Amino acid sequence: MKTIAVSIVTPDGPVYESEAELVVAKATSGELGVMAGHVPLVAPLAIGSVRMKTGNDQDVVAVTGGFLEVRPDKVTVLAQAAERAEEIDVDRALRAKQRAEERLNQKREANIDQKRAELALRRAINRIQVAQLGKK
Amino acid sequence: MASLREIKSRITSTQKTSQITKAMEMVSTAKLSKAEQSAKSFVPYMEKIQDVVSSVASGTTEATHPMLEQRPVKKTGYIIITADRGLVGAYNSNVIRKLNQMIQERHKSPDEYGIIAIGRVGRDHFKKLGHNILLDIIGLHDHPTYEEINTISRQAVGMYSDGTYDELYLIYTNYKTIISHEVVAKKILPLTDFESTGSNLSYEFEPNIEEILNVLLPQYAESLIFGAILSSKASEYASGMTAMKNATDNAMELIDELTLRYNRARQDKITQEITEIVSGAAALE
Repeated sequence: MKTIAVSIVTPDGPVYESEAELVVAKATSGELGVMAGHVPLVAPLAIGSVRMKTGNDQDVVAVTGGFLEVRPDKVTVLAQAAERAEEIDVDRALRAKQRAEERLNQKREANIDQKRAELALRRAINRIQVAQLGKK
Repeated sequence: MASLREIKSRITSTQKTSQITKAMEMVSTAKLSKAEQSAKSFVPYMEKIQDVVSSVASGTTEATHPMLEQRPVKKTGYIIITADRGLVGAYNSNVIRKLNQMIQERHKSPDEYGIIAIGRVGRDHFKKLGHNILLDIIGLHDHPTYEEINTISRQAVGMYSDGTYDELYLIYTNYKTIISHEVVAKKILPLTDFESTGSNLSYEFEPNIEEILNVLLPQYAESLIFGAILSSKASEYASGMTAMKNATDNAMELIDELTLRYNRARQDKITQEITEIVSGAAALE
Protein backbone atom coordinates (compact mmCIF):
# COMPACT_ATOMS: atom_id res chain seq x y z
CA MET A 1 0.00 0.00 0.00
CA LYS A 2 1.14 3.52 -0.68
CA THR A 3 2.41 5.41 2.30
CA ILE A 4 2.34 9.07 3.18
CA ALA A 5 5.01 11.00 5.08
CA VAL A 6 3.96 12.18 8.53
CA SER A 7 5.67 14.72 10.69
CA ILE A 8 4.53 16.10 14.01
CA VAL A 9 6.29 19.28 15.08
CA THR A 10 5.99 21.37 18.21
CA PRO A 11 7.71 24.63 19.15
CA ASP A 12 10.06 22.60 21.34
CA GLY A 13 11.19 20.47 18.43
CA PRO A 14 10.01 17.71 16.08
CA VAL A 15 8.33 14.82 17.86
CA TYR A 16 7.56 12.30 15.19
CA GLU A 17 8.82 11.75 11.68
CA SER A 18 7.86 8.69 9.68
CA GLU A 19 5.78 7.12 6.92
CA ALA A 20 2.34 5.61 7.38
CA GLU A 21 -0.47 4.14 5.34
CA LEU A 22 -3.20 5.81 7.30
CA VAL A 23 -3.21 8.78 9.63
CA VAL A 24 -6.16 9.24 11.96
CA ALA A 25 -6.50 12.49 13.87
CA LYS A 26 -9.18 14.08 15.95
CA ALA A 27 -10.18 17.38 14.38
CA THR A 28 -12.54 19.78 16.12
CA SER A 29 -15.24 18.70 13.68
CA GLY A 30 -14.68 14.97 14.24
CA GLU A 31 -12.30 12.12 13.52
CA LEU A 32 -10.39 12.41 10.30
CA GLY A 33 -8.55 9.74 8.35
CA VAL A 34 -5.90 10.64 5.78
CA MET A 35 -4.19 8.41 3.23
CA ALA A 36 -1.70 9.10 0.46
CA GLY A 37 -3.07 11.32 -2.29
CA HIS A 38 -5.51 13.19 -0.11
CA VAL A 39 -6.63 16.65 -1.27
CA PRO A 40 -4.77 19.53 0.39
CA LEU A 41 -6.55 20.22 3.64
CA VAL A 42 -6.19 22.26 6.79
CA ALA A 43 -8.11 21.41 9.95
CA PRO A 44 -7.77 22.48 13.57
CA LEU A 45 -7.22 19.65 16.03
CA ALA A 46 -8.88 18.95 19.34
CA ILE A 47 -7.00 17.65 22.37
CA GLY A 48 -6.63 14.01 21.43
CA SER A 49 -4.46 11.46 19.73
CA VAL A 50 -2.97 11.12 16.27
CA ARG A 51 -2.61 7.52 15.14
CA MET A 52 -0.29 6.40 12.37
CA LYS A 53 -1.11 2.96 10.99
CA THR A 54 1.11 0.85 8.78
CA GLY A 55 -0.02 -2.74 8.26
CA ASN A 56 -0.78 -3.97 11.73
CA ASP A 57 1.53 -1.54 13.45
CA GLN A 58 0.26 1.58 15.04
CA ASP A 59 2.07 4.59 16.48
CA VAL A 60 0.16 6.87 18.78
CA VAL A 61 1.01 10.45 19.66
CA ALA A 62 -0.85 12.59 22.18
CA VAL A 63 -1.49 16.06 20.78
CA THR A 64 -2.59 19.25 22.49
CA GLY A 65 -4.06 21.98 20.30
CA GLY A 66 -2.81 22.99 16.93
CA PHE A 67 -3.79 21.92 13.47
CA LEU A 68 -3.27 19.43 10.71
CA GLU A 69 -2.03 20.27 7.26
CA VAL A 70 -2.43 17.71 4.51
CA ARG A 71 -0.69 17.72 1.17
CA PRO A 72 -0.93 14.87 -1.31
CA ASP A 73 2.41 13.45 -0.20
CA LYS A 74 2.72 14.72 3.33
CA VAL A 75 0.81 15.21 6.55
CA THR A 76 2.08 17.77 9.00
CA VAL A 77 0.71 18.26 12.48
CA LEU A 78 1.61 21.54 14.13
CA ALA A 79 0.80 21.14 17.79
CA GLN A 80 1.50 23.22 20.86
CA ALA A 81 2.56 20.08 22.64
CA ALA A 82 2.88 16.46 21.58
CA GLU A 83 4.25 13.28 23.10
CA ARG A 84 4.68 9.80 21.74
CA ALA A 85 2.73 7.19 23.66
CA GLU A 86 5.85 5.43 24.92
CA GLU A 87 7.34 8.68 26.19
CA ILE A 88 4.39 9.77 28.28
CA ASP A 89 5.01 10.00 31.97
CA VAL A 90 1.82 8.33 33.20
CA ASP A 91 2.47 9.13 36.86
CA ARG A 92 2.81 12.77 36.06
CA ALA A 93 -0.36 12.71 34.00
CA LEU A 94 -2.20 11.00 36.86
CA ARG A 95 -0.99 13.63 39.29
CA ALA A 96 -2.02 16.39 36.89
CA LYS A 97 -5.42 14.78 36.57
CA GLN A 98 -5.82 14.67 40.33
CA ARG A 99 -4.75 18.29 40.71
CA ALA A 100 -7.16 19.42 38.03
CA GLU A 101 -10.01 17.50 39.59
CA GLU A 102 -9.30 18.99 42.99
CA ARG A 103 -9.23 22.44 41.53
CA LEU A 104 -12.49 21.86 39.74
CA ASN A 105 -14.10 20.74 42.98
CA GLN A 106 -12.81 23.69 44.96
CA LYS A 107 -13.31 26.67 42.77
CA ARG A 108 -16.74 27.21 41.48
CA GLU A 109 -16.57 30.98 41.39
CA ALA A 110 -13.53 31.95 39.33
CA ASN A 111 -14.40 31.48 35.70
CA ILE A 112 -10.96 31.53 34.11
CA ASP A 113 -9.44 29.13 36.58
CA GLN A 114 -12.30 26.80 35.99
CA LYS A 115 -11.62 26.78 32.28
CA ARG A 116 -7.92 26.24 32.77
CA ALA A 117 -8.50 23.38 35.16
CA GLU A 118 -10.91 21.80 32.71
CA LEU A 119 -8.37 22.03 29.91
CA ALA A 120 -5.67 20.64 32.16
CA LEU A 121 -7.96 17.76 33.08
CA ARG A 122 -8.66 17.00 29.44
CA ARG A 123 -4.97 17.06 28.60
CA ALA A 124 -4.17 14.73 31.47
CA ILE A 125 -6.92 12.28 30.55
CA ASN A 126 -5.80 12.35 26.94
CA ARG A 127 -2.22 11.54 27.91
CA ILE A 128 -3.31 8.62 30.07
CA GLN A 129 -5.51 7.25 27.30
CA VAL A 130 -2.82 7.57 24.69
CA ALA A 131 -0.28 5.89 26.94
CA GLN A 132 -2.66 2.95 27.31
CA LEU A 133 -3.31 2.79 23.57
CA GLY A 134 0.41 2.67 22.94
CA LYS A 135 0.85 -0.31 25.22
CA LYS A 136 -1.57 -2.52 23.35
CA MET B 1 55.01 54.47 44.89
CA ALA B 2 52.43 52.18 46.44
CA SER B 3 53.69 49.91 49.13
CA LEU B 4 54.35 46.24 48.46
CA ARG B 5 51.44 45.17 50.56
CA GLU B 6 49.00 47.47 48.78
CA ILE B 7 49.97 46.09 45.39
CA LYS B 8 49.77 42.57 46.70
CA SER B 9 46.24 43.03 47.98
CA ARG B 10 45.14 44.58 44.70
CA ILE B 11 46.52 41.59 42.84
CA THR B 12 44.63 39.18 45.08
CA SER B 13 41.36 41.02 44.75
CA THR B 14 41.68 41.29 40.97
CA GLN B 15 42.43 37.60 40.83
CA LYS B 16 39.28 36.84 42.78
CA THR B 17 37.21 39.02 40.48
CA SER B 18 38.66 37.29 37.46
CA GLN B 19 37.73 33.91 38.93
CA ILE B 20 34.14 35.05 39.25
CA THR B 21 33.97 36.53 35.76
CA LYS B 22 35.59 33.41 34.38
CA ALA B 23 32.97 31.25 36.07
CA MET B 24 30.18 33.48 34.77
CA GLU B 25 31.62 33.26 31.31
CA MET B 26 31.51 29.49 31.47
CA VAL B 27 27.97 29.49 32.80
CA SER B 28 26.88 31.73 29.93
CA THR B 29 28.63 29.49 27.44
CA ALA B 30 26.79 26.45 28.74
CA LYS B 31 23.48 28.27 28.69
CA LEU B 32 24.16 29.60 25.23
CA SER B 33 24.66 26.19 23.71
CA LYS B 34 21.38 25.04 25.18
CA ALA B 35 19.56 28.17 24.04
CA GLU B 36 20.99 27.74 20.57
CA GLN B 37 19.69 24.21 20.58
CA SER B 38 16.15 25.20 21.51
CA ALA B 39 16.20 28.00 18.96
CA LYS B 40 17.25 25.46 16.39
CA SER B 41 14.56 22.95 17.24
CA PHE B 42 11.99 25.70 16.96
CA VAL B 43 12.93 26.47 13.35
CA PRO B 44 11.03 23.61 11.63
CA TYR B 45 7.84 24.52 13.48
CA MET B 46 8.16 28.20 12.62
CA GLU B 47 8.90 27.53 8.98
CA LYS B 48 5.96 25.20 8.68
CA ILE B 49 3.47 27.48 10.38
CA GLN B 50 4.66 30.41 8.28
CA ASP B 51 4.22 28.28 5.22
CA VAL B 52 0.68 27.32 6.11
CA VAL B 53 -0.37 30.78 7.24
CA SER B 54 0.91 32.47 4.13
CA SER B 55 -0.67 29.96 1.78
CA VAL B 56 -3.97 30.05 3.65
CA ALA B 57 -4.06 33.82 3.97
CA SER B 58 -2.93 34.58 0.44
CA GLY B 59 -4.84 31.72 -1.18
CA THR B 60 -8.21 32.91 -0.03
CA THR B 61 -9.21 36.47 -0.59
CA GLU B 62 -12.66 36.21 0.93
CA ALA B 63 -11.26 35.27 4.30
CA THR B 64 -11.43 38.01 6.86
CA HIS B 65 -10.29 37.89 10.41
CA PRO B 66 -9.78 40.67 12.95
CA MET B 67 -6.09 39.82 13.12
CA LEU B 68 -5.65 40.41 9.40
CA GLU B 69 -7.46 43.72 9.31
CA GLN B 70 -5.72 47.02 9.46
CA ARG B 71 -7.73 49.24 11.75
CA PRO B 72 -7.17 52.90 12.59
CA VAL B 73 -4.42 53.02 15.16
CA LYS B 74 -5.43 54.73 18.36
CA LYS B 75 -3.02 52.91 20.59
CA THR B 76 0.13 50.92 19.96
CA GLY B 77 1.41 48.04 22.01
CA TYR B 78 5.10 47.29 22.38
CA ILE B 79 6.52 44.06 23.66
CA ILE B 80 10.07 44.58 24.85
CA ILE B 81 12.27 41.64 25.69
CA THR B 82 15.21 42.24 27.99
CA ALA B 83 17.15 40.18 30.50
CA ASP B 84 16.30 39.86 34.17
CA ARG B 85 19.73 41.03 35.23
CA GLY B 86 22.68 43.07 34.08
CA LEU B 87 26.27 41.99 33.44
CA VAL B 88 25.43 41.24 29.85
CA GLY B 89 27.25 44.08 28.14
CA ALA B 90 25.13 46.40 26.04
CA TYR B 91 22.39 43.81 25.51
CA ASN B 92 19.73 45.47 27.65
CA SER B 93 20.55 49.07 26.85
CA ASN B 94 20.41 48.44 23.10
CA VAL B 95 16.86 47.13 23.28
CA ILE B 96 15.74 49.88 25.62
CA ARG B 97 17.31 52.56 23.45
CA LYS B 98 15.48 51.23 20.42
CA LEU B 99 12.10 51.40 22.13
CA ASN B 100 12.78 54.86 23.54
CA GLN B 101 13.65 56.02 20.08
CA MET B 102 10.50 54.52 18.58
CA ILE B 103 8.30 56.09 21.22
CA GLN B 104 9.87 59.49 20.68
CA GLU B 105 9.46 59.30 16.94
CA ARG B 106 5.95 57.97 16.84
CA HIS B 107 4.05 59.29 19.82
CA LYS B 108 3.22 62.62 21.32
CA SER B 109 1.27 61.59 24.36
CA PRO B 110 1.73 58.64 26.70
CA ASP B 111 -1.88 57.61 26.08
CA GLU B 112 -0.98 56.46 22.61
CA TYR B 113 0.99 53.44 23.64
CA GLY B 114 1.39 50.70 26.20
CA ILE B 115 4.33 48.48 26.99
CA ILE B 116 4.47 44.78 27.72
CA ALA B 117 7.78 44.20 29.44
CA ILE B 118 9.38 40.80 29.48
CA GLY B 119 12.44 40.88 31.70
CA ARG B 120 13.22 42.86 34.81
CA VAL B 121 15.65 45.39 33.38
CA GLY B 122 13.21 46.66 30.77
CA ARG B 123 10.33 46.74 33.18
CA ASP B 124 12.22 48.67 35.84
CA HIS B 125 13.50 51.16 33.30
CA PHE B 126 10.13 51.99 31.79
CA LYS B 127 8.32 51.91 35.09
CA LYS B 128 10.77 54.42 36.53
CA LEU B 129 10.17 56.71 33.59
CA GLY B 130 6.46 56.47 34.22
CA HIS B 131 5.43 54.74 31.02
CA ASN B 132 2.21 52.82 30.80
CA ILE B 133 3.08 49.18 31.48
CA LEU B 134 0.25 46.91 30.47
CA LEU B 135 1.80 43.67 31.51
CA ASP B 136 5.12 42.57 32.90
CA ILE B 137 6.72 39.20 33.12
CA ILE B 138 9.89 38.59 35.06
CA GLY B 139 11.74 35.55 36.24
CA LEU B 140 11.34 33.51 33.09
CA HIS B 141 13.04 30.18 33.08
CA ASP B 142 16.52 30.13 31.54
CA HIS B 143 15.29 27.95 28.74
CA PRO B 144 11.61 28.71 28.44
CA THR B 145 9.28 26.11 26.98
CA TYR B 146 6.39 26.96 24.74
CA GLU B 147 3.96 26.10 27.50
CA GLU B 148 5.56 28.66 29.79
CA ILE B 149 5.37 31.39 27.18
CA ASN B 150 1.88 30.46 26.13
CA THR B 151 0.05 32.42 28.82
CA ILE B 152 2.08 35.55 28.07
CA SER B 153 1.64 35.43 24.33
CA ARG B 154 -2.03 34.57 24.67
CA GLN B 155 -2.57 37.62 26.85
CA ALA B 156 -0.64 39.80 24.41
CA VAL B 157 -2.67 38.55 21.48
CA GLY B 158 -5.85 38.79 23.55
CA MET B 159 -5.25 42.46 24.26
CA TYR B 160 -5.09 43.07 20.54
CA SER B 161 -8.35 41.23 19.99
CA ASP B 162 -10.20 43.11 22.74
CA GLY B 163 -8.97 46.44 21.41
CA THR B 164 -6.51 47.46 24.13
CA TYR B 165 -4.19 48.33 21.27
CA ASP B 166 -4.60 48.37 17.52
CA GLU B 167 -1.15 47.29 16.52
CA LEU B 168 1.57 45.37 18.26
CA TYR B 169 5.31 45.63 17.88
CA LEU B 170 7.90 43.26 19.16
CA ILE B 171 11.28 44.68 20.12
CA TYR B 172 13.87 42.02 20.70
CA THR B 173 17.40 40.97 19.89
CA ASN B 174 17.82 38.76 16.90
CA TYR B 175 20.50 36.17 17.38
CA LYS B 176 22.63 35.42 14.34
CA THR B 177 25.95 34.21 15.62
CA ILE B 178 27.80 34.45 18.91
CA ILE B 179 29.30 37.80 18.01
CA SER B 180 26.53 39.21 15.88
CA HIS B 181 23.08 40.04 17.14
CA GLU B 182 20.95 43.02 16.38
CA VAL B 183 17.96 44.74 17.87
CA VAL B 184 14.88 44.26 15.75
CA ALA B 185 11.50 45.96 15.88
CA LYS B 186 8.92 43.81 14.20
CA LYS B 187 5.25 44.49 13.70
CA ILE B 188 3.41 41.32 14.53
CA LEU B 189 -0.20 42.48 14.66
CA PRO B 190 -2.15 42.98 12.50
CA LEU B 191 -0.60 40.27 10.39
CA THR B 192 0.11 41.95 7.10
CA ASP B 193 3.23 41.00 5.27
CA PHE B 194 3.48 37.32 4.64
CA GLU B 195 6.57 35.99 3.04
CA SER B 196 5.24 34.15 0.08
CA THR B 197 6.71 30.69 -0.15
CA GLY B 198 5.58 30.00 -3.66
CA SER B 199 3.88 26.75 -2.75
CA ASN B 200 0.37 27.95 -3.30
CA LEU B 201 -1.85 24.95 -2.88
CA SER B 202 -5.54 25.50 -2.74
CA TYR B 203 -6.58 23.94 0.51
CA GLU B 204 -9.83 22.49 1.60
CA PHE B 205 -10.89 23.77 4.97
CA GLU B 206 -12.42 21.60 7.59
CA PRO B 207 -14.92 22.75 8.88
CA ASN B 208 -14.47 26.23 7.30
CA ILE B 209 -11.95 28.98 6.77
CA GLU B 210 -13.10 31.14 9.70
CA GLU B 211 -12.61 28.29 12.14
CA ILE B 212 -9.15 27.65 10.75
CA LEU B 213 -8.09 31.28 10.95
CA ASN B 214 -9.38 31.42 14.50
CA VAL B 215 -6.97 28.68 15.48
CA LEU B 216 -4.17 29.39 13.07
CA LEU B 217 -3.62 33.13 13.43
CA PRO B 218 -3.36 33.34 17.23
CA GLN B 219 -1.09 30.32 17.17
CA TYR B 220 1.04 32.03 14.55
CA ALA B 221 1.28 35.26 16.50
CA GLU B 222 2.12 33.33 19.65
CA SER B 223 4.84 31.48 17.79
CA LEU B 224 6.33 34.77 16.65
CA ILE B 225 6.54 35.90 20.26
CA PHE B 226 8.00 32.60 21.37
CA GLY B 227 10.58 32.72 18.60
CA ALA B 228 11.57 36.23 19.62
CA ILE B 229 12.01 35.15 23.22
CA LEU B 230 14.20 32.21 22.21
CA SER B 231 16.29 34.44 20.01
CA SER B 232 16.61 37.04 22.75
CA LYS B 233 17.65 34.45 25.30
CA ALA B 234 20.39 33.18 23.02
CA SER B 235 21.58 36.75 22.44
CA GLU B 236 21.48 37.43 26.16
CA TYR B 237 23.79 34.52 26.90
CA ALA B 238 26.06 35.38 24.00
CA SER B 239 26.37 38.98 25.22
CA GLY B 240 26.91 37.77 28.75
CA MET B 241 29.61 35.47 27.54
CA THR B 242 31.39 38.19 25.58
CA ALA B 243 31.06 40.71 28.40
CA MET B 244 32.46 38.29 30.95
CA LYS B 245 35.24 37.23 28.62
CA ASN B 246 36.27 40.85 28.21
CA ALA B 247 36.13 41.35 31.95
CA THR B 248 38.32 38.32 32.51
CA ASP B 249 40.79 39.48 29.87
CA ASN B 250 40.96 42.93 31.41
CA ALA B 251 41.50 41.45 34.84
CA MET B 252 44.34 39.31 33.51
CA GLU B 253 45.95 42.34 31.91
CA LEU B 254 45.64 44.26 35.14
CA ILE B 255 47.15 41.40 37.10
CA ASP B 256 50.12 41.27 34.74
CA GLU B 257 50.70 44.96 35.10
CA LEU B 258 50.36 44.86 38.88
CA THR B 259 52.69 41.89 39.13
CA LEU B 260 55.29 43.80 37.17
CA ARG B 261 54.92 46.75 39.50
CA TYR B 262 55.09 44.47 42.49
CA ASN B 263 58.34 42.91 41.32
CA ARG B 264 59.85 46.27 40.57
CA ALA B 265 58.95 47.57 43.99
CA ARG B 266 60.39 44.45 45.57
CA GLN B 267 63.62 44.84 43.64
CA ASP B 268 63.84 48.48 44.58
CA LYS B 269 63.43 47.56 48.18
CA ILE B 270 66.18 44.93 48.03
CA THR B 271 68.52 47.30 46.24
CA GLN B 272 67.85 49.92 48.83
CA GLU B 273 68.53 47.48 51.65
CA ILE B 274 71.82 46.41 50.11
CA THR B 275 72.85 50.02 49.64
CA GLU B 276 72.02 50.69 53.25
CA ILE B 277 74.01 47.70 54.50
CA VAL B 278 76.97 48.53 52.29
CA SER B 279 77.01 52.14 53.31
CA GLY B 280 76.56 51.13 56.95
CA ALA B 281 79.55 48.77 56.69
CA ALA B 282 81.58 51.47 54.94
CA ALA B 283 80.83 53.89 57.76
CA LEU B 284 82.19 51.41 60.31
CA GLU B 285 85.53 51.02 58.60
